[in-house]
Amino acid sequence: MQPTAARDELAALRAGDEAAFLALVRQHHGSMIRVAQIYVGSRAIAEEVAQEAWVGVLKGLDRFEGRSSLKTWVFRIVTNLAKTRAVREGRTIPFSSLRTPENVPEPAVEPARFRRHDDPRWPGHWAVKPNEWPEERLLAAERAAIVDGAIDALPPSQRAVITLRDVEGWSSDEVCNALELTETNQRVLLHRGRSKVRKALEEHLG
Amino acid sequence: MTETTAEAMSCQELVELVTAYLEDALSGEERRRFQDHLADCATCQVYVEQIRATIRVAGRVTAEDLSPEAERDLLAAFRSWHG
Repeated sequence: MQPTAARDELAALRAGDEAAFLALVRQHHGSMIRVAQIYVGSRAIAEEVAQEAWVGVLKGLDRFEGRSSLKTWVFRIVTNLAKTRAVREGRTIPFSSLRTPENVPEPAVEPARFRRHDDPRWPGHWAVKPNEWPEERLLAAERAAIVDGAIDALPPSQRAVITLRDVEGWSSDEVCNALELTETNQRVLLHRGRSKVRKALEEHLG
Repeated sequence: MTETTAEAMSCQELVELVTAYLEDALSGEERRRFQDHLADCATCQVYVEQIRATIRVAGRVTAEDLSPEAERDLLAAFRSWHG
């Protein structure tokens, strides 16, 4: 059973309500590009895939039965198109970063910031401690779009996961579903993404 | 101290478990070790707060705007679909 708001949204789209369509597009288009970028080589192609996906959404809207949420369904169209496109481009292992993120270790914090493991008193404890971030400086960093830039600089799979989870506020189930990820891999990608964004903020805030 | 008590968690270990902790994905034992460490370590409290702040600020990032051309093309597609 779909919540009322979801049914209203679907009804409005089917009735040709342009405002409803634009709202949906504005809400998801940026994330769709980021999801597509996991699979295809370039930002430009990812943008094409997102555009193409909207056409797919329109084609399928009348047949959409509402068994999944509209959002889940839209993003499934994106991933399917992006994968097809990746194959056509000859990208044979585009998904490896999603499947085996653990292969290359990426510490959340540089090991040099901790005391050595053979430290007689405090092995593995902070050597170079993080400082508290005053709220007003955090707001300044926000205005300077530090986090936006740091997310953009992430590897595609980390960028997609953090965008859906932290920017868009999706649940971990929704993200696993849309990106066909195990919960563990989703968490690893989220962890690495957040750790790097924190680091970027720390570099900015000192 | 009981025999089953695992070794105390180090700060370096804790920073790698923050996401699993916030996602409530730690085992009971790991969660206890995490919380025990955090309760006693002001620096790790700062670190965890930084991660929470990072998540908060990310949540206020606005999705990028669609270019006017792309929006126009999509609206045209929508109109022709409906028409």
